[in-house]
Amino acid sequence: MNAQIPAVEMQGIIKRFPGVIANDEADLTVTEGEIHALLGENGAGKSTLMNVLAGLYRPDAGSIRVHGKPADIRSPRDATQLGIGMVHQHFMLVEPQTVAENIILGLEQPRFRLDMPRVEAEIRELSARYSMRVDPSACIWQLSVGEQQRVEILKMLYRGADVLILDEPTAVLTPQESDDLGQTLRQMAGEGKAIIFITHKLGEVMAFADRVTVLRRGKTVANLVTAKTNRRDLAREMVGRDVVFRVDKSEYAAEDDAGQNPVLSLKNLSALNDRGLPALREISFDVKDHEILGIAGVAGNGQRELAEVITGLRSTTDGQILIGARDVTNRPPRRTIDQGLSHVPEDRTHTGLITNMTVSDNLILKGYRRPPLARLGFLVQKAIARFADRLIREYEIATPSRETPIKGLSGGNLQKALLAREITAGGDVMVAVHPTRGLDIGATEWVQRTLLQQRQKGAAILLISEDLDELLAVSDRILVMYEGRVMGTVRTEEADVEELGLMMAGTEVEAEES
Amino acid sequence: MRIVFERRLEPSRLIAILVPILSIVLALLVGSLLLLATGTNPIETYKAMLDGAFGTTYARSETLVRAIPLMLTGLAVSIAFRMKFWNIGAEGQLVMGAIATAWIPLFLLPDSNLSPGILLLLMGAAAFLAGAIWGLIPAVLKAYLQVNEIITTLMLNYVAILFMDYLYTGPWKDKQGFGFPGTASFKELAALPRLPKDLGFGRVHIGLIIAIVVAILIWLVLIRTKWGYEIRVIGENPNAARYAGISLVLNILLVMVLSGGLAGLAGYGQVAGIAHRLQKGIAVGDGYTAIIIAWLAKLHPIGVLLVAVLIAGLSTGGDQITITMGLPAAMSGVLQGLILFFVLGGDIFVRYRLRLVRAVEA
Repeated sequence: MNAQIPAVEMQGIIKRFPGVIANDEADLTVTEGEIHALLGENGAGKSTLMNVLAGLYRPDAGSIRVHGKPADIRSPRDATQLGIGMVHQHFMLVEPQTVAENIILGLEQPRFRLDMPRVEAEIRELSARYSMRVDPSACIWQLSVGEQQRVEILKMLYRGADVLILDEPTAVLTPQESDDLGQTLRQMAGEGKAIIFITHKLGEVMAFADRVTVLRRGKTVANLVTAKTNRRDLAREMVGRDVVFRVDKSEYAAEDDAGQNPVLSLKNLSALNDRGLPALREISFDVKDHEILGIAGVAGNGQRELAEVITGLRSTTDGQILIGARDVTNRPPRRTIDQGLSHVPEDRTHTGLITNMTVSDNLILKGYRRPPLARLGFLVQKAIARFADRLIREYEIATPSRETPIKGLSGGNLQKALLAREITAGGDVMVAVHPTRGLDIGATEWVQRTLLQQRQKGAAILLISEDLDELLAVSDRILVMYEGRVMGTVRTEEADVEELGLMMAGTEVEAEES
Repeated sequence: MRIVFERRLEPSRLIAILVPILSIVLALLVGSLLLLATGTNPIETYKAMLDGAFGTTYARSETLVRAIPLMLTGLAVSIAFRMKFWNIGAEGQLVMGAIATAWIPLFLLPDSNLSPGILLLLMGAAAFLAGAIWGLIPAVLKAYLQVNEIITTLMLNYVAILFMDYLYTGPWKDKQGFGFPGTASFKELAALPRLPKDLGFGRVHIGLIIAIVVAILIWLVLIRTKWGYEIRVIGENPNAARYAGISLVLNILLVMVLSGGLAGLAGYGQVAGIAHRLQKGIAVGDGYTAIIIAWLAKLHPIGVLLVAVLIAGLSTGGDQITITMGLPAAMSGVLQGLILFFVLGGDIFVRYRLRLVRAVEA
């Protein structure tokens, strides 16, 4: 090992996709034995740059040196041979196969006889060394998301990777699991491996990284030592301007008589997931008017099913859902919409919007049935045009025109259009699922302010999010879900991150009735 | 240097027109090689083909006659495809429409004193209904049991065609027909009126008007009504449709009633307008050609009308060269196939382009 020669040196990397430049002369230098954060907003080109290094994309220009030698990485296999391993945001694992089978998948050795017990022993040794507990003979589908991530990391280590890339590794972890991951990464760096992790969370950069490279619009704009910088400076580099950090809930104070009436109530609700296994177990809670109830939890603990059940997209096996006084249990989406329920779905482009249709067509998706947008079965073109133009103006949706296909809009503007539609068509109840996921800081702020405005106007909002900072910033109460159960509810003023983290990991904490 | 195939950002209008034209030219060039190999003059052949399709008043009228069932089945298929319901069964729905058309004057009301106009209306309604029911079967299976509609619609074609064969060779066979398979003619009772002969319309019946009206109506429904909006949303994104409270079940059923009914009307035109009896030659694959027509027309109803005329021209022109050039029928089939193959294959260049990329400097 030679500290003078960087483990990875990427220079002037240009990668174009039709219509966009994902990387525009991006540079990155990572030395052996360091944890290096690659920071940037969504769309800044972080993942693209790492996919170039991992051999998934070929750059249009630029040079790569690995341990000082020029490298022409044409495929993931080339990358593996150079000791580069990447853990993708969406895991590349074969669900029905075991951990060990997944780890040796694609390896050239052994060629004929598969000595599974030996492979498993090697994996056990490896996982003990880095204290990443995983049973090599377990099947992937039996594992939690955190465990699956460990399998991905072990897979890279087993292949002898000494440059490890992790794409937003903490998105699926509890705060404690994130800390554990940090420890493991620290240990690996101590052994001389180079660790690159992609993130857009400033807190993680400060907590884990030795150095940080900031990308903005495909260009490298800063290369800093973490100890000599701070969150504010990093944010400025990342966004290109000064940013206000947190929306202030007190700016949106509600009236005194607020929060009296339950608007959305769940009583002992149970439901199954797509595999037919229990996803929700006897969930009960109320969301009152002028209130945002945040749902915290690690991904895959029933949050998606919860939103689907309330909006009528999934049927229940037991229990009751009330909007106001009206029972909407197992009523189709049409009925919940009529009851004034609006829904910001988890997946904007696959559920909430029709990407191939125009902005205008998308804005009327919830209101097209009723006058003034439709009369006697016909769509009223003039009313639709006025309605669409009004929403575009009021919600500042940046689009060339209402007739532009909506897929041409940026992520932030897609979400603006979606929220504009849901707020306009809906009544006083909203279910918002990961409403700021994948948005840049400016758009995130806009969405959070909009939710708070709706709360001020009296709406009852159920906010499902994986981002604890967001929940702490905007919700009145936070309910933690684990394996389809309510682990506890805390008032946000009294919330403690440690405690929330414990609940997210499945430790029951005395529920505070409110 | 390497060549990459990448998606065009904005498929330009010029490309969209140029590519099909070039595709046809290429198809004709490849076809001429084949013709030359068989010792035939390609230029004369192509000229005969064009004349046979559009060259004379008679040719033009025959091309239109040929186009009517293609238009109606093309519209039937395209409305279902809009919703991504893959109705491959227009052929069977057409056949069921044909059977219903013949059944009314020959067996249900043979001795009634109804005026031909009333009789024709009844026959049309029966044909629409029969096609609609045939389309509803796979629709119900899909909507309630998620049975793959490609399989069911396709299979029901064979059921319908064999059923029709059975009828006109068996119980419905004309006793005075000298043993030829086919029902008796009901021409005296009811025949679809033809368009004015002096305007050069020949055998063209009012099925043409029906097809044009239907196309305009479908176009209006799609862009101007709530129902059309729902069909478009389901076709583009069924998840979003469910999320917005649009019933997939109801719309699958409704669209297949319309789709099957329109294909049934195609059968009505063929039987009440041309053959005036049930016989061989009713099911000639129009329901399959309709799929190609729908794609080439990009599912646009007005486009379907135009493409149907062009495809009909290929067919009548192809028939012509077997007569004037003495070419085997297979050769005309090959030429038609080549043109369709190149046009459909060329379509990918409207959406994608080839680009040369300089090698990456290591």
